[in-house]
This record gives sequence, C-alpha cells and structure tokens, in this order.
Amino acid sequence: MLVFAFKRLGLAILVALTVSVLSFGLLFLSGDPATAVAGEGATETDIEAISAFYGFDRPFIVQYGEWLWNAMRGDFGQSYYFQIPVASLIADRLTITMTLGVCAIIFALVIAIPLGVAAAVRPNSIVDRTALFVSVLGQAMPSFWFGLLLIVLFSIKLGWLAPSGTQNWHNFIMPTVVLGYYAMPAIMRLTRAGMLEVLHADYIRTARAKGAGEWRVLFKHALRNAIIPVVSLAAVQMGFMLGGSIVVESIFALHGAGYLAWESIARNDLPTVQALILIFSMFYIAFTFLSDLLNAWLDPRMRVA
Amino acid sequence: MSDGIFRAAGVATMTRSAAVMSHKYARAGLVALGIALASSSAYADKASDTLSVAFTKELESVDSYFNSAREGVVLQRAIWDGLIYRDPKTSEYIGNLATSWKWVDDTTLELELRKGVKFHNGEDFDADDVVYTIEFVTNPANGAKTQRNVNWMKNAEKVDQYTVRIHTAGPFPAALEFLSGPVSMYPNEYYAKVGPSGMGVEPVGTGPYKVVKVEPGKHFVLEANENYFDGPKSKAKIGKIDIRTIPDINTQLAELMSGSIDFIWQLPADQAEQLALMDKFTVANESTMRIGYLTMDAIGHSKAGGPFSHQKVRQAVSHAVDRQTIVDSLLKGASKVVHSACFPSQFGCTGDVATYDYNPEKAKQLLVEAGYPDGFTVDLYAYRDPNYAQAISSYLTAVGIKANVRMLQYSALREQQMKGEVPFSLQSWASYSVNDASAIVSEFFKFGALDEAHDEEVKGWLDVADSSTDPEKRKEYYAKALNKIAEQAYWLPLFSYNANYIFTKEVSYQPTPDEVLRFVEMSWN
Repeated sequence: MLVFAFKRLGLAILVALTVSVLSFGLLFLSGDPATAVAGEGATETDIEAISAFYGFDRPFIVQYGEWLWNAMRGDFGQSYYFQIPVASLIADRLTITMTLGVCAIIFALVIAIPLGVAAAVRPNSIVDRTALFVSVLGQAMPSFWFGLLLIVLFSIKLGWLAPSGTQNWHNFIMPTVVLGYYAMPAIMRLTRAGMLEVLHADYIRTARAKGAGEWRVLFKHALRNAIIPVVSLAAVQMGFMLGGSIVVESIFALHGAGYLAWESIARNDLPTVQALILIFSMFYIAFTFLSDLLNAWLDPRMRVA
Repeated sequence: MSDGIFRAAGVATMTRSAAVMSHKYARAGLVALGIALASSSAYADKASDTLSVAFTKELESVDSYFNSAREGVVLQRAIWDGLIYRDPKTSEYIGNLATSWKWVDDTTLELELRKGVKFHNGEDFDADDVVYTIEFVTNPANGAKTQRNVNWMKNAEKVDQYTVRIHTAGPFPAALEFLSGPVSMYPNEYYAKVGPSGMGVEPVGTGPYKVVKVEPGKHFVLEANENYFDGPKSKAKIGKIDIRTIPDINTQLAELMSGSIDFIWQLPADQAEQLALMDKFTVANESTMRIGYLTMDAIGHSKAGGPFSHQKVRQAVSHAVDRQTIVDSLLKGASKVVHSACFPSQFGCTGDVATYDYNPEKAKQLLVEAGYPDGFTVDLYAYRDPNYAQAISSYLTAVGIKANVRMLQYSALREQQMKGEVPFSLQSWASYSVNDASAIVSEFFKFGALDEAHDEEVKGWLDVADSSTDPEKRKEYYAKALNKIAEQAYWLPLFSYNANYIFTKEVSYQPTPDEVLRFVEMSWN
C-alpha cells in the first residue's frame, strides 16, 4: 500500500511539472508578453524598456528555471498586472472560489443523492421522470442564462438578494445554486445507476430476507456501496468548480480565482497565470491522488499501480 | 490526471465563447424583462451621500503611473492633481499645483508652486515632491508603465522651496498638456517609503477625493477631501464614491435596475437606446477621443509591390466604404465621420484635407486604373469591433476587394504589425486623452515600427510641428502633414467613437469628450 502511494505521488509530481512547463511555453505563443504588459497606448520604446525590465529578452529556459525555483519557496513573484505579490492576490481570490466551490458541491450532493436514490427505487416512475427532467434541464441551461434569470427574479422583481458582489454570505446564494445545479445531474445519474445495480445484488436480497427495514436496506446496505464512484466523481467535480466557475464568477462579480485565471491569460500576466495553473493542477492532483488512495483502500484489487 | 486540467480548460473556453455569442440575445432579453419588471422601489443613495459606480475592467493598479486604463485616469483625476489644469470646456490652461509658469528656454519650464497645499496624509506639498515624482517616473529602471506620458521630461530641479524647473528631453510644446493630464504629483516621503505597489493599495495625493479602501481590481472607496485647496477643480459635492468592478454588463444593468448601482458607463448603443425608453435613468452620450482608422501597407512591408503600394488602390478603398452609414447604424450617438488622421478637438488637427465621399463606382474605376480590374484578396486584421470590420469588408467586396476579417488579440496584432506582416487593418487610437495632434499623427507617421507610409516629407513636417514653440507654425506644419496623409490615403480615418453614461435621475452630470469621469463635477439633484 505504501509503495503504491509513493508511486502515485511521484506520478502526481511529474504531472504537475509537465503542466507547468507546457503552460509556461503556451503563454509565449499567444503574443509578446512585453506588448501585452505595456498596454494599448505603448510605443515601441516603451515595449523595449518593459521587455528589458521584466527580463523577457532572456532565454526561455532561464526564465522558467528562475520561476520554478522561487515558486518552490512559495514566492510566485509580482503580478505584472496588479503590481502586488501574486501570493497575496491569489490568497484573496482563492478564498472566494473555495467558498463557492464547497457550497456548490454540498448543494449538489444534498439535492442529487436523495433524488438519485428516489429515482432508482422506482425506475421509470413519475419520480424518476421528474428527476431526469430536472437533470437534463441543468445540463441544457447555460449557467449565464440561469444566473440572469435568478437575478431578474430575486434581485429585480422580489428585491431579496443583491445581484452581485461578495459583501456578505447572501451574495453566495445565487452563485451556489447556479454552479451546484450544473454539477448536480452527473451526480444524480451516477447515484441512480449505482443504486439500480446494487439493488439487484445478492446481498441486498439477503438483507431483505433477514428482515431489515426498507430504509435500512436503502441507506445502510445499498447506498454505502453505490456511493463509492460518486465520491470519485464529486472529487473531480470539485476540481472543475475551482477552475471552471469563470462564467458564474463573472456574472455575479465574485472576483474569484477562476475569473482571475481567465482574465490573467488575456492580460498575459504570466506570474499569476503560472501560479494559478500550478495551484489548480495541485488541486486536481491532490483530489485524484486521494480518490486513488481511497479506492485502493476500499478495494485491494486496485493496488496495482 | 493531466487530462482533467486540459478538459476543464477546454470546457471553460467553450462556455465562455458560447456565452459571448449568446450574450447579445440574453442582453436584449434582460433589458426587455427589466423594462417589464422594473419596480418602483428605488433605493436612494442620496440619503447616505454615497454614489455607487460600476467599473467593467479590473484596474491593475491605482498608482497612475502603473496603469494604462481609462478607469485609472478616472481615479487619478479624483485622487491627485497635476501642476496645471486644462478646463475641459474652454481647453484653457489654468494653474493647479503650480500657480504660474514660464519657458526659460526651449527645454526648460520654470513653475511657481502653490503654497499651503497638504497631501491626504498631512505631508506638505513643495518643490521636493515635484522633483522626487519626476525623477522617479522618468527613470526607466522604475518601470513606469506609460512611458510616453513621462519620457519627454529629462529631469526636474529645485530652485527654492516653491519653485521648480522641469528640463525636457528636447523641445516639447505639448508639455503643458501632459502636465495637466497624466503627470500628477506624489508625496516624496510617502512614495519613497511605500513605492508603486504601496501607492497602488493605499494611494495618497492632494486631490478632491481621498481613498479609504482599495481591494485590488475589485473595490475602491473614495471620500471627499474636506481640506481640498481652493483650486481650479471644484470641491467634491458628493461625500462618498463607492466603485465596484462588475465584469458582466448584464449584471451592471441588474444592479442599476435594483437600485444598488447609481452610475454605469460604456454601455453598448443598442442597450442604451432601450434604457432611454424606460425613462427611469438619465442616458447621456458623448464623443470620446478615440478614432477608428484603416491602415494600409503603402511601403510594402507585408508584400513588396502589394496592392496598397498604389495610391489609387488606397483611394479606391477610401471611396468604397460608406462611413456615414456605419456611424448611423452601428456607432450611433455622438460619433462622427473623421477625415484626417487625428481627433478634431486636438491642437493642430484640421479637417480641411482631401476627403473621399462614398462612391463605389469611382472606387471600381480607380481599381481599374491601378491595374486591378478584378480586384484582389487581402486579410483585414482587427482586434476589436468585429461588427465594424465585417461592415467594412462587405463594402469592399462590393467593389471587388475580397477582405477576409481576421480577429486577433491586441498584443498579437501589434506584434505582427511591427514585424510587417499586416497588409490591412482596422485600428483605433484614443491619444491617451491628450488634446494635441502629436499624440496621434506623430505617433504613427515618424518612421516607427507601425509607420507604413515612411514618407520623408510628412516626417520632416511633423518634426517641425512637434518641436516648434510657435503655435501658429505648429498648426501650419501639422496641416501640411495631415493634408499629404489624406491626399496619399495612407490611412482611411473612419469615425470617432462615443460612450454612453447611464445614471439615476438623482445625479446630475455632464460628460466630457475625453471620456474621463469627473466625480467632482457630479452632484445630487
């Protein structure tokens, strides 16, 4: 088990390094960083001065090596755009994104799992059909449109919630619903499929035969087994929400890390983009690593790396 | 595992582009819904004396020497002062932190400073602050972002506590314009201690508003400076300005309709028109100093002897595009067709040059004369306004020039153009709100990497105009240069841009053509 864990860890680190090299290189392909930093009004001399000032004229490998060495010591440099340390900028933005991501995944799980169980208990019933409808709607409706509908209803018509901002926890209600709704269908469908499979298993029949109550059968025996793939999926969804909540963050003016990443790419703010990509990939890698370990712990057959 | 990251990035990109495409419809829908739903419940912020404003763009730094954004200029005018002030209505130069000035020689400007002015942190303003600020920003090692705003100055010298001399790098008649615009005075002791990154987070100036809160990029709170000196800028009439960055225009509209934002600007024309119908907000429109133009590769950078090296082809393009219709149907508002390579209000700019009316027949005939009876195919590059580029492209198709629109990021387009790979492009330039023709025509026609004319005569005239201290002579030589540019059709100047300003009826404000929001000019009705 320990060997397996170390192998996985080594692989994870290699993946992180590869991702960072690729992202570092791709950014240089999208245009001269000095031109982007200088902004629209800059003359050629401005651009040359800026290029020399930031060291864009040095070889690629030197720039990358220097960055990596500092990053390993927790120093991501100064944001070219904001002129403040990247670490403090990201700390602020990441808090918002993590809050949103955690709220949204909890929202999604709380709605999707009971719905999935209910759908599986009576397949093709009205309950199942309704759950299917709700999940299809969640996948089909673009989040920016759903977000705007909520704003029109709750902010403009009813006046209950402020349309945007991060002033207090009320501001997170609508974004949580929008982002969570997007993640919900997959979790719901997977719960339903897992439950359907498990409910036909022999040990469920045994449980019923020994006289266990229906609730006990569903939640203690069936769901505990059916939920294992859901946990892995939720981990992946969580990773997606941290990096992929750009649209939601933009609509609700949340200024989180996802929106920061998107904008930083457009602004060629290399230190910020690199730090964010590194952090996002760390999250993915950490979540995947944990779910690998969890699965291996649950099922010894998976311990072959 | 890595697969997940790329997948997420791909999904994000797709979502974003889908969002952009569908936004137009969503927006129209939202406005319609908003009109139907707009309730009568307006939360008056007049009571709390706080004006809530939305910015669209995340401002990089509040330190005005370290940002190149319109939003930055807006904050700069509120927080700091320049040595000189230009009255936006009369364009007259009035003393601000300096009370009088004189040119000692062609490159030395001596200024008498105002006494008794204090910075927001209590520091006294005197010659040391002026010298420190100018020495700091003109030193390239300090990395000031907007070099063109400062690199015309060589250094500054203290004569006595309230007299300074600014030495320019060469004769520079636009000095007063720059000293009343982008060059503001910083407190020497504080700036030496905190530097640009500190100034960006806790800015200190002499201006009519002081900063009480900065959350980088997303939230700025200003408060009236009660001790503001009696200068040419009026004192603040609104007690508090609360600015939030809201990137999505629809959300800005929702905030406006729900009453939590009082002032938004830069709204697209179609939405502004619909909001005007609601009669719930003041919708003001004013021209900006940005003009649009087509560049044509006359010297054959991209292809030696290419079609644009023929004057008649450039003139044909000029006759082929119906600029007035583009203005009327796409830009609307206060936009106007421009005929010369500058913004009409700029010193030295004249509209009295060769003009090209919309005449597709003449365009076809000119193409025949130039040896292109069947037209030609070319890429039309652009970085903004794809709809204008498409309109231009279809006008050109009508006369036989097949122009394929290619949209690029600004930095990528600029880089390709500097390398001489762009034959034809739709560009725009806002002259940094500098009201002097040198800020545009001299920028592009003096053999820089973006000069695709390389006209010795034009360069010679511009050199005279840029460095002469005689205003009449300057006008004469700018006119010569602009005339030749128009006659040769090196550029096709298109139109001036405009901006919409939407605010609650409780606020009174008159926008200015330089597109700088002046909070001091705003008041409650």
